Amino acid sequence: MKSAKQETVPIATSSDVVMARQKVRQWAIEMKFTLVDQTKLVTAASELARNALEHGKGGHMVIEQVENSVKNGLKLVFEDRGPGISDVDAALRDGFTTGGGMGLGLGGSKRLVNDFQIESEPGKGTRVTVVRWK
Amino acid sequence: MSKLPEMINKHHEEIRADWLKQMSTAVRRADLISNEELESQSRELMDAIASGARSGELTNLDGPAWGQARDTLGAISTSRAKQGFSTSETATFVLSLKQPIFNAVRRENPSDPAALFDDIWKSTQLIDKLALITADAFQASREKFIARQQEELMELSTPVVKLWDGILALPIIGTLDSARTQVVMESLLQAVVQTNSRVAIIDITGVPTVDTLVAQHLLKTITAARLMGADCIISGVRPQIAQTIVHLGIDLAGVITKAKLSDAFALALQRTGQVVTKVNGDNAGKRTLLRREE
Ligand SMILES: Nc1ncnc2c1ncn2[C@@H]1O[C@H](COP(=O)(O)OP(=O)(O)OP(=O)(O)O)[C@@H](O)[C@H]1O
Ligand SMILES: [Mg+2]
Repeated sequence: MKSAKQETVPIATSSDVVMARQKVRQWAIEMKFTLVDQTKLVTAASELARNALEHGKGGHMVIEQVENSVKNGLKLVFEDRGPGISDVDAALRDGFTTGGGMGLGLGGSKRLVNDFQIESEPGKGTRVTVVRWK
Repeated sequence: MSKLPEMINKHHEEIRADWLKQMSTAVRRADLISNEELESQSRELMDAIASGARSGELTNLDGPAWGQARDTLGAISTSRAKQGFSTSETATFVLSLKQPIFNAVRRENPSDPAALFDDIWKSTQLIDKLALITADAFQASREKFIARQQEELMELSTPVVKLWDGILALPIIGTLDSARTQVVMESLLQAVVQTNSRVAIIDITGVPTVDTLVAQHLLKTITAARLMGADCIISGVRPQIAQTIVHLGIDLAGVITKAKLSDAFALALQRTGQVVTKVNGDNAGKRTLLRREE
């Protein structure tokens, strides 16, 4: 998997979440994703950016265009230095929330992308990496 | 001890007359403020300065003796901010007091250069401080003013319109964040009560992204409306949004959704018993509806 170009977006305020969505939409349009795929990517980004802000005390998102031997993809990495997730399986379960949310963001965004990976260490932070292929 | 406080107190009427004369020759923005207002503002401020000066304290203006002056400057700043003056124009109003005070100081000390210099120095500092207070107050009231404008704008951008007897429509444009939801919900509930409506159509054509937070906000609004006796229909659910909602796992089972506002409207008419008028017939009625919506 080789990377063509990338961009980093800070996630420190709720307007940064709006900005993150707009960036992802721009990139997805540029890469000529279908409208449905654009919407899936933007929505997943919205969920993960908001998690990094609300649960992870802020961090950043890295957008990267990736390609393998057969196709192009858009990769998003969300990284924060928050409390981490002690039970990732539980966090992924629909309806699980430690806040006042619906508890659907994490599991939902997993269903909106092709590749989904969480690395989290309690006390250190969380990194969620997602890719949607064209 | 400086004679300046006593001098200001004794001669404040002359100083004020001189000040008004200065202002009439300098830039005065007659377009923004009337002579009468300028007259009364200068009187209030000069009285307040004289009363502050009576305390003998000219360097520290934070105390109670200068409270009246601070309040007056605050009030003047607020009204200037509303009238559309700039910060520098507002500060200049106060700074233009320097010349008249210098003139008075010079008259008081015709033969004592040391005392003259001392008084001029002190009055410069005094006026500068008053101008600073003005600029701060001006800035603060401008910010308040802008914040209020933003709030008003937010309300304007979520207008609740009465489509028909008993039917409201609420087109949402932009991001539905928590602050926005609060405004949307309040104006919707108020309109439901005022118009005694039974159906409210929330149109989300203009909402670019529907994620779990937006969905939660929509559901809350719908629940609140239901408690007030109105059913909600969500319209403007584009295909890509419908797919995303399903993938996210959001349960909209209890919510009626429609792709188009016109479909939602037709349903709303039906629900309020208004869809068929026997005279026009069903189809004619529907055609009118569609035209209305466009
Ligand atoms: N970056 C993170 N850092 C720490 N905890 C997290 C992070 N992301 C998710 N979590 C934990 O996982 C739970 C589930 O996340 P999920 O996004 O599914 O739901 P939510 O954020 O609570 O509500 P919403 O449905 O609005 O997204 C959260 O309540 C939180 O406890
Ligand atoms: Mg979440």
